[in-house]
Amino acid sequence: MTMTAERVGVRLPRRPAIAEPRRRGRWHALLREPGTALGLILVVSLLLAGLLAPWSPLADPTEINLRERLRSPSPEHLLGTDHLGRDTFSRLVHGARATLLAAAATLVLSMTIAVTVGMLSGYYGGWPDTALMGVVDLLLAFPSLILALAVAGALGPGLLNVLLAVGAVWWVGHARIIRGITLGEREMAYVTAARASGASDRRIILRHIAPNILGPIVVLASLDIGWIILGIAGLSFLGLGAQPPTPEWGAMLSDARPHLQTAPHLILLPGAAIFVAVLGFNLLGDGLRDLLDPRIRRLAR
Amino acid sequence: MGAYVVRRLATLPLLLLGISAVSFALLSVAPGDPAEIVLHQRNPGQMPSPAAVTAMRAELGLDAPLPRQYVRWMSRALAGDMGRSYVTEQPVAAQLARRTVPTVVLTAAALGLALVLAVPMGILSARRRGGAGDAIVRLAALVGSAAPSYALAFGLIILFAVKLSWLPAVGYGSVAQMVLPAIALSLAPMAQLTRLIRASVLDVLGQDYIRTARAKGLSEQIVVMKHALRNALLPAIGATGVILAHLLGGAVIIETIFTWPGLGQLIVGAALTRDYPVVQGFVTYLAAIVLLANLATDIALRVADPRLRYERVGV
Repeated sequence: MTMTAERVGVRLPRRPAIAEPRRRGRWHALLREPGTALGLILVVSLLLAGLLAPWSPLADPTEINLRERLRSPSPEHLLGTDHLGRDTFSRLVHGARATLLAAAATLVLSMTIAVTVGMLSGYYGGWPDTALMGVVDLLLAFPSLILALAVAGALGPGLLNVLLAVGAVWWVGHARIIRGITLGEREMAYVTAARASGASDRRIILRHIAPNILGPIVVLASLDIGWIILGIAGLSFLGLGAQPPTPEWGAMLSDARPHLQTAPHLILLPGAAIFVAVLGFNLLGDGLRDLLDPRIRRLAR
Repeated sequence: MGAYVVRRLATLPLLLLGISAVSFALLSVAPGDPAEIVLHQRNPGQMPSPAAVTAMRAELGLDAPLPRQYVRWMSRALAGDMGRSYVTEQPVAAQLARRTVPTVVLTAAALGLALVLAVPMGILSARRRGGAGDAIVRLAALVGSAAPSYALAFGLIILFAVKLSWLPAVGYGSVAQMVLPAIALSLAPMAQLTRLIRASVLDVLGQDYIRTARAKGLSEQIVVMKHALRNALLPAIGATGVILAHLLGGAVIIETIFTWPGLGQLIVGAALTRDYPVVQGFVTYLAAIVLLANLATDIALRVADPRLRYERVGV
């Protein structure tokens, strides 16, 4: 991208893209911030736990053993067992897998829609812009969790349906932000230069503008994972998401409800897991925002 | 100002029409035949006969083409008839009306709680920037925005209802029963508002007119409370719509946990049983509330901030 800009003989845009020589220093700056470092540690540990769970020596998270119901922590079951005698620690670790996979898929889905709609709207303007932003304003007026609930209810219970439902409603705000950034980027000298050198709209969008707005997109995405995790776990808690016996944090919370008085830790542990995951992603997202794009703070409402 | 309000009011019906049409189309393309769902609800465990399904489709008006179904639904809705629930067979409009008050009470309590704590915390944090108070407030806001309201709700129930027996865990009717759900619901918006107010107070305190106020010898108290706060609260007013959306979204889960008989509980039950008339009516009703609230916010902002009245509306 830098090469293209140099070739057409214009100065780089005021905000350089991520691929820069100073890169190493910047990533070091990221880790110097204690909050960001903590976020990174939390996220990496969760990712590792989620990825490696199936190959870990942990007990089978779905194996029911009714003679071992609601046991307290012991060397055999580190965090005790649930109402069906399943190992709580193993279910939490496997829950990280379900939650992270669902959140990642939702993020990819909603970001793909947001980037497509936002860039097309911002680049072309005119009636497509008016139409797309009309839809966006319509959806923005609505509480996204409730819209996701309605969509998930219509599709029927299941983690995949919840993921589709959340992805289908989550992109709206981002589309508006990405549209705004694209709009600003379209007026930059490097776009004019690319157009003057005969590049097609398609090429300008994909090869010139897209790399330049990658920073804000990464920041938006990273700030969003926490909300998505909360949303998916919330819908699962309500019974629309992961179905038994899938180990998933929201569903675990809901399973543990009847045992609130006798085994409160069964509710508090998945709750804490969700909290730690969201906290980790939020801390990391804040750090990435400060590093990659300070101006997004203004655009992100 | 008058022209602005008129123009905004004129677009409201269009937006409502759009939302109701989208939700109607969505529910219609959803998998599963509503006629079968109704028959399953009325005779659980029985496989409905094809003849019964056809009869039920005709009874529910599902045999008509989709646009005609929508027009029929909309014209009835305009007259106040939003159809009947598949499950309870009660009129949807009456259910929505009955459940509005509990939700309004709960969200208002949560919003009040959030404001009462967020405004002073935000101001304190901004004034003591970099100090211990700022660090504590920022940490609290960080924790508050990451904590799932449902887990917090259970934490509160376990601590105050089960262990200490100070407050009732669930139910509706008394003030004591409102304390825990209101706290659980207020946490996320409180964190959000605290961050917002801190940022905007910091922003305002750096402006020239504040330096002028300080230079002419006003006490810090007056500078902050009279000069800075008025402008610093504008972004908070502007965010009311977003906060309201979060509160209503959160109320869905909180009401379910605390068996609070509001709109949130209604929509969760309807979504789980695929009670489409209730979902459709609820979505349209809520859209109307949120759109009106956004309009009220924008008007309030224009009243509070004369600068906006001269600017062109737009992105």
